[in-house]
Amino acid sequence: MISSKISYTGSNKSRPPPPNTVGVIGWMRSNLFGGSVNTCLTLISCYILWLIVPPLLDWTIFNADFTGDVGGECTTEGACWAWLDQRIYQFLYGFYPPNSYWRVNLTIILLFPALAYVLFDNLPFSKQGRWFSLAYPFVATFLLIGGFGLEGITTDKFGGFMLNLVAGISGIVLSLPIGILLALGRRSKLPTIRILCVSFIEFIRGVPLITLLFVAVIILQLFLPPNVTLDQLVRVMIMITLFASAYMAEVIRGGLQAIPNGQYEAGKAMGLGYWQSMRLIILPQALKISIPGIVNTFIGLFKDTTLVIIIGLFDILGQARVLQTNPDWMGKVDHETFLIASVFFFIVCFSISRYSINLEKRLDKDHD
Amino acid sequence: MIDNSVILSKDVENVIEISGLNKWFGNFHVLQDIDLNVSQGEKIIICGPSGSGKSTLIRCINRLEEHQEGKILVNGTELSHDLKNIDAVRSEVGMVFQSFNLFPHLTALENCTLALIWVRKTPKAEAEALAMQYLERVKIPEQANKYPGQLSGGQQQRVAIARSLCMNPKILLFDEPTSALDPEMIKEVLDTMVELAETGMTMLCVTHEMGFAKTVADRIIFMDEGQIVEESKPDKFFNEPEHDRTKLFLSQILAH
Repeated sequence: MISSKISYTGSNKSRPPPPNTVGVIGWMRSNLFGGSVNTCLTLISCYILWLIVPPLLDWTIFNADFTGDVGGECTTEGACWAWLDQRIYQFLYGFYPPNSYWRVNLTIILLFPALAYVLFDNLPFSKQGRWFSLAYPFVATFLLIGGFGLEGITTDKFGGFMLNLVAGISGIVLSLPIGILLALGRRSKLPTIRILCVSFIEFIRGVPLITLLFVAVIILQLFLPPNVTLDQLVRVMIMITLFASAYMAEVIRGGLQAIPNGQYEAGKAMGLGYWQSMRLIILPQALKISIPGIVNTFIGLFKDTTLVIIIGLFDILGQARVLQTNPDWMGKVDHETFLIASVFFFIVCFSISRYSINLEKRLDKDHD
Repeated sequence: MIDNSVILSKDVENVIEISGLNKWFGNFHVLQDIDLNVSQGEKIIICGPSGSGKSTLIRCINRLEEHQEGKILVNGTELSHDLKNIDAVRSEVGMVFQSFNLFPHLTALENCTLALIWVRKTPKAEAEALAMQYLERVKIPEQANKYPGQLSGGQQQRVAIARSLCMNPKILLFDEPTSALDPEMIKEVLDTMVELAETGMTMLCVTHEMGFAKTVADRIIFMDEGQIVEESKPDKFFNEPEHDRTKLFLSQILAH
């Protein structure tokens, strides 16, 4: 006896799915109100949002003061934004001479094409673009510091968010290649190279960043010949970069370990040398796996740039502190200044994060 | 130990000459006094129980494994620590792996052109034309722009074969090429290998596909515990094996 009913009729019987399982209603049913627990959580979340969002909007916008020359003119319960129009330039550029702000702006505008040619591979003029990307660090240094006809500006004038960007971006750009080399070195068969890399990584990871910065600023001078001076900002950038490189190396080593031995063997069997195998076969795969960890390190590094305050440079957080202790504004702008600084950091970090997710999707070759 | 020189006629040039080969993994003596000569165009099937050293043997031929004693000559080049010699041998010897080892971040076509472009310095367009030719030969030109993850196991292995062929090797090594495949896909890979055998390629193949062995093998080598136990023509190997160990192995492998 046949117990299953054969529904096969020889013709295709496919029809659209039931209307209440697709579209907005279908989405809400399955994601917000699918079952009693789900419904409860949705309602609780709505309640919490209702508690938080309206007061926050009231404080930041509806009850806020936007005009005035001193903190005393901010009278309502809302935020005090009156400082923004006279102080925002210091938050962005620090003590950089105002008549040279265009140099910072130009540097930042040029950063976008320079980055784009590294990050995206289907752009027009890609060959010239790559050269531009390579030349960018030198162009940026020239624009920011000057020389060769441009007015010279010392790095102690750098400040505000521009300082965070300069230190953060150069750290990000340099820490990736150094991290890759350290990771490869740590897996090297040559004991000298391996021991060197392991000691470096373990030492740097085992010491707080702030200690390294003090070493760079105070102690390093004791070992340098008296007539040699190394720019303070450069020292800090070197330390932040090395610190991030050590973390980067371990993240990438994790990626390298995930690559099956067969990939190395296939490369060897085809006659590829060590560096060719690494560049063409192993690293593209290992770096792809490591993207979340790499981005994590990038974001961490970017936020660590706020530590430049210990060498007496005023980044965006430093500028916030300056304003908070300014007698005109004291006690009125504590939350506001930090909020503005947070927004700037958030925009950059979130953009990095979104790009990395986009990159991961683009590199996912297992199924299309 | 078997002396191969009686089997081989002297007038044929040996492309592989192995004598007194010994290899250890730590204290484990994985290859013991192996002597083996392979002449141009010969098809050799190597079989044996797992752990018998058959994969290690063929991996020594392109120095994926380093041997400690003995001599391996490939096309007259001796494998030693000399990196130049290793490169020379690897450019003559192609290898197909059990787990395909295609590069997952590259398309089938790019997998094939990679070594041509970077090792042989062939211009890209030329390399692509050549690669397409070999993909056609393994009958999957339409998959050229797909990534390995989008191909079936059998298709992946055929791309791997095309990839090896692109380098125009004199010798092809196969390390259990069908062991990781579903039954339905084994045939398509074996068909490709049979066609390849017909072109006169020198092939050393570790496999348990006895039907394939019967069809293409000039010699079958049976290994156990790091030694060559028996070596004979397919007819003799299957019908009147000499050693009890071979008989036991055959009875187990042909039981079903």
